[in-house]
Amino acid sequence: MPNLEHPAYPAATLLHLESLVPCRESQVSLLLSIFGERQQFSLPSIFIYGHTSSGKTYVMQTLLNTLQLPHVFVNCVEYFSSRLLLEEILIQLQSYSSKIEQSSHVPCDSLNDFVGLFKQVVASQELQDQTLYIVLDRAEQLREMEANILPAFLRLQELTDRNVTVVLLSEIVWELFRPSIGCFEPFTLYFPDYSIGHLQKILSQNHPPEYSADFYAAYINILLGVFYMVCRDLKELQHLAVLNFSKYCEPVVRGEANERDTRKLWKNIEPHLKKAMQTVYLREISSSQWESFQRGSGEPGQLKGLSAHTHVELPYYSKFLLIAAYLASYNPVRTDKRFFLKHHGKIRKTNFMKKQEKTSNHLLGPKPFPLDRLLAILYSIVDNRVPPTANIFSQITSLVTLQLLSMVGHNDQLDGPQYKCTVSLDFIRAIARTVNFDIIKYLYDFL
Amino acid sequence: MSTHSISKGCFVFKPPSKKRRVRQETASNSTERKNDSEDTELRFASCQSLWAQIKLETEKIQENLNKQLLDNLVSFLRRSHSEFQEKTTEWSCQMKSREIPTAALVLGVNVTDHDMTFKSLSEVLQDDITPYVALLEAKDCPGIKNLMQKLMGQLMNCCIDIDEDSFEDDSHVQVSQNKIRCSMTSLINWYKSVMKKTDSETTRKKRNSSSRHWQSPPVVVIFKDMESFTTKVLQDFIVISSHHIHELPLALIFGIATSPMIIHSLLPHSVSSLLCIELFQSLSCKEHLSTIIDKLLLTAWCPFKLGEKVLKVLINIFLYHDFSVQNFIKGFQLCIVEHFYSQPLSVLCCELVDAKKRVNTLSHNQCENIRRLPSFRRYVESQVSENQIALLTSDSFLKEVTQKLLEDLQLYHENYVSVLRCLHVFTSSLPKYPLGKQIRELHCACLENQVWETEEYESSLQLARMLNKSDLVTMLQQCVEIFVSSSGKEFDKTVEKLKEFLTQFQELEAEAFEEDVSVSSEKELQKKTDLYHLQKTLLELKESRRSKKLTKFEMLRFEVVDYIDSLVRNYLVPADHKTLYEVVYFNTASVLRGHLNAAPRTALHTALNNPYCYLKNQALKSDGGSISNKAPDICIAYKLHLECGRLINLVDWLEAFSTVVMAVEGPKADAASSDQVDHIIYARFIQAVSELIFLGFIKPSKQKTDHVARLTWGGC
Repeated sequence: MPNLEHPAYPAATLLHLESLVPCRESQVSLLLSIFGERQQFSLPSIFIYGHTSSGKTYVMQTLLNTLQLPHVFVNCVEYFSSRLLLEEILIQLQSYSSKIEQSSHVPCDSLNDFVGLFKQVVASQELQDQTLYIVLDRAEQLREMEANILPAFLRLQELTDRNVTVVLLSEIVWELFRPSIGCFEPFTLYFPDYSIGHLQKILSQNHPPEYSADFYAAYINILLGVFYMVCRDLKELQHLAVLNFSKYCEPVVRGEANERDTRKLWKNIEPHLKKAMQTVYLREISSSQWESFQRGSGEPGQLKGLSAHTHVELPYYSKFLLIAAYLASYNPVRTDKRFFLKHHGKIRKTNFMKKQEKTSNHLLGPKPFPLDRLLAILYSIVDNRVPPTANIFSQITSLVTLQLLSMVGHNDQLDGPQYKCTVSLDFIRAIARTVNFDIIKYLYDFL
Repeated sequence: MSTHSISKGCFVFKPPSKKRRVRQETASNSTERKNDSEDTELRFASCQSLWAQIKLETEKIQENLNKQLLDNLVSFLRRSHSEFQEKTTEWSCQMKSREIPTAALVLGVNVTDHDMTFKSLSEVLQDDITPYVALLEAKDCPGIKNLMQKLMGQLMNCCIDIDEDSFEDDSHVQVSQNKIRCSMTSLINWYKSVMKKTDSETTRKKRNSSSRHWQSPPVVVIFKDMESFTTKVLQDFIVISSHHIHELPLALIFGIATSPMIIHSLLPHSVSSLLCIELFQSLSCKEHLSTIIDKLLLTAWCPFKLGEKVLKVLINIFLYHDFSVQNFIKGFQLCIVEHFYSQPLSVLCCELVDAKKRVNTLSHNQCENIRRLPSFRRYVESQVSENQIALLTSDSFLKEVTQKLLEDLQLYHENYVSVLRCLHVFTSSLPKYPLGKQIRELHCACLENQVWETEEYESSLQLARMLNKSDLVTMLQQCVEIFVSSSGKEFDKTVEKLKEFLTQFQELEAEAFEEDVSVSSEKELQKKTDLYHLQKTLLELKESRRSKKLTKFEMLRFEVVDYIDSLVRNYLVPADHKTLYEVVYFNTASVLRGHLNAAPRTALHTALNNPYCYLKNQALKSDGGSISNKAPDICIAYKLHLECGRLINLVDWLEAFSTVVMAVEGPKADAASSDQVDHIIYARFIQAVSELIFLGFIKPSKQKTDHVARLTWGGC
């Protein structure tokens, strides 16, 4: 077990730090040796990547806070434009100094301004003799800002000539960042996923005060047995553990089992967890609904998930428009004659097909079609005469806003707009059933 | 300013001038004075008051319908953040990742109605929960930046609105919006400062204002049309706000038009796991419409009535096209306006008491109008000859009779509604619903013609004669309730009669032994297996059944059905058989259709093909097929282009155009001056073509030089 060791920091602090970052000791010790002592220059930029909730943000935050290193922590999703981002860094820096007033807000439009302002802020403080760390969380957003932002951050040390290290945190690999014009290559560090043993260790750490650590660890073991297959997100697992713990304790509270009776407890909790996996984990029902369901003995059948409400009520002609759109999307144009003309004669499918059409159109997905074709099909599938009023056209538009149709290449309205039908086969069959239209008979794939 | 035009271009918006409106008013005043013999002013006033009344009523209905939904939402929002405030120290609350409370509000596809719901929702929220409500629309938020701007603008403004009366001098909050950085931090700072202020306010003053909202009320953000938001904007916003949920108690409301599945398709699991989503469903719009029809049309209080055709047009638009209750009410309003505008006698379309007074003050002109009504003529013809003369000559006698007739009409309506409901009780439980499931269908059928003559009515009576006893009894009880609650006085007897039926049914229960006979014969039938014997017994059985006396229950059932039938024949006479029905019924469906079912393509085609239709210029009236050169240039160009194929050669077209235009100037146009004339014609032609391009009939083609492509009717 490699204990954290570093001459610059007191051993007690390091020990405390180690207890805070379980299963990440090797990464932390590597980072510590890179950082060096407070006043020593470190690497200009460090790139840390790893999957969701592999502890990147948490480790960095704990490390910098516990060792009380001067740092700025910015989330790039939150500060979505370069201007906001740079200003936020400056504002946070200002808070380190006592001399400058908080409210003096300086506009910072470009990176050039930033470098100047940065020098000012750093010079006016006691930060000079320490390395300053700028941590940019969710750094993949930087790629969407101006092209100079990312390369400039990577060599900020050089540009500002100050003792500063930029740390980028991201979920994707460095190769996807590298700009085409080239840039300074940062030191990359990978945070591997937590293994099941790690998860067990971390989750068991925070046991509720009422129960013993062993009891909670046994519970976590069962929980991981169910959920590890589908979810390795530590936060999510933590959340699920808390949600279902009261159910696990139920037999103990009622006095039917003691804390060591693991088998009985397992029997009690296992189906419950499986149910949770199908409902609350998918956010089919909300956590608060799940909790109230646990407290009361209500039937789980009463709680209908979000996916249970798939039915959509549509006006009569909208239904037919949608059906027509579906047919236009999934049938080849040449087959329209066969389906919608009265005296089409008998054309067998084998003669009819070209090679590429042998693959199911449903596997290839919807194809775009022009408005005229949609209306032509509509007029032939509706039994009575459809008046070509503005209402029909506005219905098409509202189907587009409802995301049941989507417009393809909407550059010019006059240019004959093209649409695609985005609904699924099941959905359209349910719609067709309500208007007594046998859609399967009209689909080329099912001929 | 925004336009609703689909084409891109420059639009001129003139400032609304008040002068013009004044001039119009004076103009209309002078016309009113001219034909005041038709009571124009009075009609206008009664139209206004009637509409105001109806509007109030519909709003009340809508409020009641939404009440349940809003209550649920309010309690959800109240619960969501209070839990965290109460027990922050508990282990489970510390450990649990804190989710953003989110209400998925499924409102149905009638997007036009949503505005109303959202309006009342935000009002309720501001009253009960929090002053901080922001309504976001997708079209305002193409990016996260615009969303934040919009959100902050709304929140900070609403705060100023609330505080205006108490804190005018406080400049703290009134920082102009563009100075503030549009980021979550500034929002949080704003929230903190506002909270601090309300805190100090509550300690300083009485706790009256903040007792409605509790300490640190949540900030509610409503996404009006979830479907139209881009995924990225939503995701970013949710991620950002979940970082700050501890400092800023945020709650989201998603307005969903289709199905809640859209949440999963818009948001990946990593984002949706930050939300605590609960589902709320509003009433379906069909039920909404039924309630509106029930409370608005099938009541006696509203003097204005819709005719059968008009009602069908409105309902068809609703069911076939938009599902929008709002549009239905708008259509209803149009009917009222049209009726009061076009029918001079609509002055009598008001409360009976007022109507009687107004009859007395009718001018001679109006009396003539009454005499001209077809229904009144029918009435006159049915009278004895002395009366006929009196009715046609004496105005005062006519007025007297009119009062009586109006009274009759009112009575007819009162009875009509009760009997219709009663009939609906019967028909709505029959298999296959021969007369329709909804009361509106039955209402239409009754308005159309004498319902008892239709086949559907016949078959539903047949079916009613086969009802079982328990159903029949419950139906009778419902009918009794309807009649008792109705205002008509004529129904005392009916109620008595129905109650009598009920007691007879109860008596029957005591002596229910006769039925066994038929049952035993059925059993006999089951024993036989031989085909010949079976046939024989079946024949015998049939014979015996025909001759057999009906059981008491069957007799009674027949009686009941016959009685209902007699009620229907008495009271459900179609309205157009009633005298003076034209006064209160609006039945010109063609006008309504012309207004509501806009047919842009047809209208354009008629305008261009037959310009006389709109211009009313006698010179244009002439032809059938030939192209007149007096028509506007665009019409000539349009007609010529109809003769062309998919691609049109511009040179040929110009040639044809100039031939048509020159036709009349033929003798004058010499070869020498043709060059100059050609320039003007050329310019006119170019203008006509570009107008056609603007209207979307043709577009420049890249396939061939000097050609344009037709866009309509497929070309050839």
